[in-house]
Amino acid sequence: MSDGDWWANADADVTVDATGLRCPLPVIRLAAAARDCPPGHVIMLLSTDPAAGPDVAAWCRMRGHALLAQEDRGPVLASRVRVSGTPAGAAPSGPAPGGGGTPAG
Amino acid sequence: MNHVMTDGLVNDTPSSRTAAETRSADGRPVEPGHAPTTARDYLDAAAVAPLHPAAREALLAALDDGWADPRRLHREGSQARLLLDGAREAIAAAIGARTPEVGFTGSHVLAVHAAVLGTLRARRRAGTTAVTSAVEHSAVLNATAYGATDVVPVPVDTRGRVDLDAFIGAVQSYGTAIACLQSANGEVGTRQPIEAAAEAATAAGVPLLVDAAASIGHDAPPAAWDLLVADPRAWGAPAGLGVFAIRERTRWLAAGPEHDGLERVAGEVFIPAALAAAVSLEAVTAEREREAPRRRRLVAELRAAAAAVPDVEVVGDPDDRLPHVATFSCLFVDGEVLVGELDRAGYAVGSGSACTAASLRPSHVLAAMGVLTHGNVRVGLPVGVSEEAVRGFCAALPGAVARVRSMLGASDL
Repeated sequence: MSDGDWWANADADVTVDATGLRCPLPVIRLAAAARDCPPGHVIMLLSTDPAAGPDVAAWCRMRGHALLAQEDRGPVLASRVRVSGTPAGAAPSGPAPGGGGTPAG
Repeated sequence: MNHVMTDGLVNDTPSSRTAAETRSADGRPVEPGHAPTTARDYLDAAAVAPLHPAAREALLAALDDGWADPRRLHREGSQARLLLDGAREAIAAAIGARTPEVGFTGSHVLAVHAAVLGTLRARRRAGTTAVTSAVEHSAVLNATAYGATDVVPVPVDTRGRVDLDAFIGAVQSYGTAIACLQSANGEVGTRQPIEAAAEAATAAGVPLLVDAAASIGHDAPPAAWDLLVADPRAWGAPAGLGVFAIRERTRWLAAGPEHDGLERVAGEVFIPAALAAAVSLEAVTAEREREAPRRRRLVAELRAAAAAVPDVEVVGDPDDRLPHVATFSCLFVDGEVLVGELDRAGYAVGSGSACTAASLRPSHVLAAMGVLTHGNVRVGLPVGVSEEAVRGFCAALPGAVARVRSMLGASDL
């Protein structure tokens, strides 16, 4: 199968491609996308920097967004985040309804 | 030992901003084109402290008296041997060991390698598994990965403390040859439960290697161990020396070929460095009662100041920690750029962020704790650090963080 656009079918409202960017740029791109998203939207972040895994998780915790899944796709890490409806710094939201699945591939 | 102690250490260290000192005072070269226009504060003493004045003096004296082969029986050789034996005795006393238990290696990393590989060799009939915490020094993780058939890296909590029940469970498992636990984590300052781990290891008949590189020279020596390694650079001694102690009852076999040296590990000891290490360890141990609580208070101030900066996560245990290390991570900040900003402001600090590492990988310690790895700053307060240095750093931090965020277009995220 073609690996080129396996994420095109993934369950996300917005995809942010941060592949090739070094820390902290993937998290900055993700945060910029989250700022422009309505609450409840799901963002898919694609990254290759080894720091993105722990840092996306930490950012979600600090900002109260829900990290639905992180999937290692060879060099690319796919992180799915549900944008919180509460202001920055609030407690993490509970499991989002219908969320939590791995991206279709 | 014929060492000479220097007094007035607090005022002698190169950390005083009022003195007209530059980096050269602590033996670090001033880079061309980067000469500081103001006094500098070296706050990266978590791993490597500035050369202690007492160490410098001992080093210079021993260059004249300690150059001969300590195995020779003539007067010059005997004199070198006397200095080496004196250094061994003083270090043994300071770390809670008997003198014959203490050996020297070429570095802390070589001491770790010898401790791990020699224990695995001596215990190969008992097992081939190594148990470590997930946040051990990379030398421990690399040596166990190299020498053991299986490695069990026991997870830590968000403060960086090992899951003690899981650690004990792994130590008690069949086939465990060695258990490795640091006295405290040098990156985030959190102390580890050495006493309980040692008790369990002893009951299971498994030797415990305690990597005390982060704590010896700053904190009380670990209460219990079978093998212990330390890094003299942490207490103001020159590089090129490691300390490797083994309890007399503990089984260990050299993992390399036989040699005719005086130490367990091949290689000649640079006796002036050994003497400098002994003298500076005596000096910092004598001052610990005053210096540890003083720096602990400054670390608490520093942690509070960092926590007051927006989107900064202060990491490590708030109380049960080393007295001189403060670590925090700044959201949306490039660690390398922040270290550069602080350097320009006159403060030398460390970082565990990926962009500051040769490997370009984030600190395995921060990742294991599940805390932010980017924008990381690690402050290590040297013995004798001035309050002005710490307060100046605290005052410079918010602006430096804001400038880096602004550079990255992340000010309003």
